[in-house]
Amino acid sequence: MRASTTFGVLRAVLITIVCAVIALPIVWMIAAAFKTNVQVTDPTVGLAFTPTWDNFRGVLADGALVQSLGNSLLIGVVSTALSIVIAVPAAWAVGRFRMRRTGSIVLVARIIPAISLLVPWYYMFAQLGLVGSHLVLILSHMFVSVPLILWIMIGFFEGLPVELEDAARTDGLSAFGAFLRIALPLAAPGTASAAVLAFIFSWNNFIFALILADERTMTMPVLLFNFMSYASTDWGGLMAAATLMTVPVLLAAVFGQRYLVAGLTAGATKG
Amino acid sequence: MTTTTARAAVGAPGRRAPSGEKPLVTFEQANRRLKWALLAPALGFVGLMIVFPLVFTINLSLTDAFGAVNAGNSYLGLQNFADALTDTRRFWPAVGRTVTFTLGAVALETVLGLALAMLMRKAFRGMEIVRTILMVPLLATPVAIGILWMLILDPTNGIANHLLGFVGIPPQEFLGSVAQSLPTLMLIDVWQWTPMMTVLLLAGLTTLPEEPEEAARVDGANAWQRFVHVILPMLRTTILTALVLRGVDALKTFDLIYATKGPGGGSDFEAETLNVYAYGLTFDYQEYGLASAVLVLFTLFIVAIVVVLRRRTERSAS
Repeated sequence: MRASTTFGVLRAVLITIVCAVIALPIVWMIAAAFKTNVQVTDPTVGLAFTPTWDNFRGVLADGALVQSLGNSLLIGVVSTALSIVIAVPAAWAVGRFRMRRTGSIVLVARIIPAISLLVPWYYMFAQLGLVGSHLVLILSHMFVSVPLILWIMIGFFEGLPVELEDAARTDGLSAFGAFLRIALPLAAPGTASAAVLAFIFSWNNFIFALILADERTMTMPVLLFNFMSYASTDWGGLMAAATLMTVPVLLAAVFGQRYLVAGLTAGATKG
Repeated sequence: MTTTTARAAVGAPGRRAPSGEKPLVTFEQANRRLKWALLAPALGFVGLMIVFPLVFTINLSLTDAFGAVNAGNSYLGLQNFADALTDTRRFWPAVGRTVTFTLGAVALETVLGLALAMLMRKAFRGMEIVRTILMVPLLATPVAIGILWMLILDPTNGIANHLLGFVGIPPQEFLGSVAQSLPTLMLIDVWQWTPMMTVLLLAGLTTLPEEPEEAARVDGANAWQRFVHVILPMLRTTILTALVLRGVDALKTFDLIYATKGPGGGSDFEAETLNVYAYGLTFDYQEYGLASAVLVLFTLFIVAIVVVLRRRTERSAS
């Protein structure tokens, strides 16, 4: 009994330390976003300061930042929606008809270094006059989200009992009808977690927009990177911009933690 | 069962039913059309985005393309590969850094991730909050994370050196120094990705049956012995899969390194990994031929590692 109490306390202490190590840098970033530039570069200030919205006012008054925020949202939403439309039916086909080998071809997309695709993509899309457009960024982000959604949803459909669809088919539905009316509604939670993850992957993506975007279509990570190289002293503004980038992620973690874990671990535990 | 009934009801393949009803095709035929129709858009899209670029890159790697990819290249055969493989100034050090970064970071992430997963295996109060905190770094934008750590690790104004001062450690240069850059980046990677390992391994741990561990406990095995001889062997497949997932991403780490160290991984190339090297060759120097050769070698290297690890996973699963 004594030993298990000691273990319980030790465990609580260790878990608390780990949580602090993980959370404090993020807290530090958000705090810095509310500090003046003098306070940001003075480590003795710590967390005792009067918060100011000036950094957020500053970055939001900058038209380029608002535009890139809009670009990131637009590209994230459209690329995720299109990827769901083509990847979910494909995942069902792979899961139902036991085509794991065909499905795993798509995993090649996860393995290849993105840079080896960027030069040919640039060349290919330049021929079509698309470089710098939203479309080319949406397509490049779909290249990440289609395999991701497939990967998650194959495992999800394999986990659904096939008997339900079979029963629907004996009642006169076609296989496709069984997919639309039975499997798809049942897969809604899986689809939601795949969609949120795909959006976050697009939101976070740096390298595609670094090469394929122009000033008008630049996404937030690229803007943040440029912002740092031009104005490396404006830590308050940088941290405000970084905090704005992290808000959707924090919301997803707080409200969708359970689903996101299911999405991230799909396939991983089954091999 | 159902399939047989359906087939019997449908009758001979291909025969048309009386007018007004659906054409009679066997279940298998209908399904074959259906499954390819559903797969085609996704496979077609990924194929289009990958096949042409691969052929293009392999072709470029055999040429002296420079400045512009379509400006009259001539074929060099395997010269670019020979140049890369004999380059001890940039290529091999980049290979070394890529391997060091990946092995060091992923090994630490696996050990710490497994330890944390074991700690969190049995439910406790506040578990949901801890799981939520774990999700934040692995979902956060790598570029933002890089900038955040630059503020924390700033040699003169950062909180890190301030805190080290309390325990009597002199200020460190961190990302500002040639020697400390790569280890610092590895630690940032460990901060960001250990939670991912924990999440994956925790998912694996919860699927394990409890009986073998109970049996070992009855036989008098202590906690460490049960961990090493019972849990670890059962968790092997999950660990190997997590290693593949994390290892591939760690090998390709670009955002964090490029955001914190800039082109070339710093003035002495101190943090230049293969991905950063290939990026610089391509977009800073327009050395498309050599860059493509480096990328082909890099891709082969990653594929080889994945194949070896997958083989092991399959063997341990069977």
